[in-house]
Amino acid sequence: MIARPKKNNRYNGALRSVLVITILASFVFFMAFGADALTVVVHKPIDSKPVVVKDSVASVAAFKQVYSVLMSPRCMNCHPSGDIPLQGDDSHIHSMLPKRGVDGKGVFAMKCSNCHQPTNTPGLHTPPGNPEWHLPPANMKMVFQGRTQNQLAKQLMDPKQNGNKDMKKLIAHADDGLVLAGWNPGEGRTLPPISHAEFKKAWITWLTTGAYAPEEK
Amino acid sequence: MITLNINKKNYKLDADPETPLLWILRDHVGLVGTKFGCGVAQCGACVVHLDGEAVRSCVTKASRAQGKKVVTIEGLSEKNNHPLQKAWLELDVSQCGYCQAGQIMSAAVLLKENKNPTDEDINDAMSGNICRCGTYLRIRDAIKLAAKENI
Repeated sequence: MIARPKKNNRYNGALRSVLVITILASFVFFMAFGADALTVVVHKPIDSKPVVVKDSVASVAAFKQVYSVLMSPRCMNCHPSGDIPLQGDDSHIHSMLPKRGVDGKGVFAMKCSNCHQPTNTPGLHTPPGNPEWHLPPANMKMVFQGRTQNQLAKQLMDPKQNGNKDMKKLIAHADDGLVLAGWNPGEGRTLPPISHAEFKKAWITWLTTGAYAPEEK
Repeated sequence: MITLNINKKNYKLDADPETPLLWILRDHVGLVGTKFGCGVAQCGACVVHLDGEAVRSCVTKASRAQGKKVVTIEGLSEKNNHPLQKAWLELDVSQCGYCQAGQIMSAAVLLKENKNPTDEDINDAMSGNICRCGTYLRIRDAIKLAAKENI
């Protein structure tokens, strides 16, 4: 005699299906994301709440490296003391004298992006490119040119002179598109003295060890 | 294939989107008023308007102009009667004329953004347009004359 299946067997079948699907799905999940998916990585996210451990010696040493980059033509040329950018490895005044303008993007028929394309133009000494190409705006010029280590360090930590940046934003700025463009300057231009990775490390070290300004000599 | 809006007309062009806009205009569309000068954005002979900005077409890839409005010297006015064009004729600005299309296109952006430019404004706007014949003084006068007409 064939027993009539009990009513709740149907539910067992359904439960089993759900179980099988769950197991299969978890295989797919592990294949896709690996075991890391289960690990709760307790990063100390440097950009969420940077921990400052004061160390003036390490800070000043790191700033020396930072300064060597910021004063290189790739950075300083767009942080001029006047209202005209600088140009070339010798940081001469930009040919054709383009002016900063209110927003830092030039004036009238002389806007940065009229010549500076979203990417580098091919060829030796042609206009380098970036979608964000600009100088600091007129109301906060963020001058590097002519600044001593002491002056620049203090300026970089002053939100009224650094583009309203707090520690978090300052750290994030190391990966800003225009900052990175310094290491992709187009043909015929020297790179900053250290790599971007080294710069970023020095920058974060300087900031997280107290952002000490080197003493004036 | 690339589609560009040039002087209010749509063109479907069999061209590499990497091609400089200058060569699209001159070689593909046949608008030869825009001139090749230096090829590296140093002289201003190739200035055209891209959404109202005075871009240098020799270094501007055609792809950047997609979805935007390109205006060349041929499209600056309906009947060559832009105040600048009239002022240019009135004062006989051109000598050889090679740079003049670029000069006028740059000046047009200046006047669009500044109806009554001072000498300094003119210097700031026009310092990137080189004229080998040295017509700078007449260019300045013509911009001022055109501005008066605008006022």
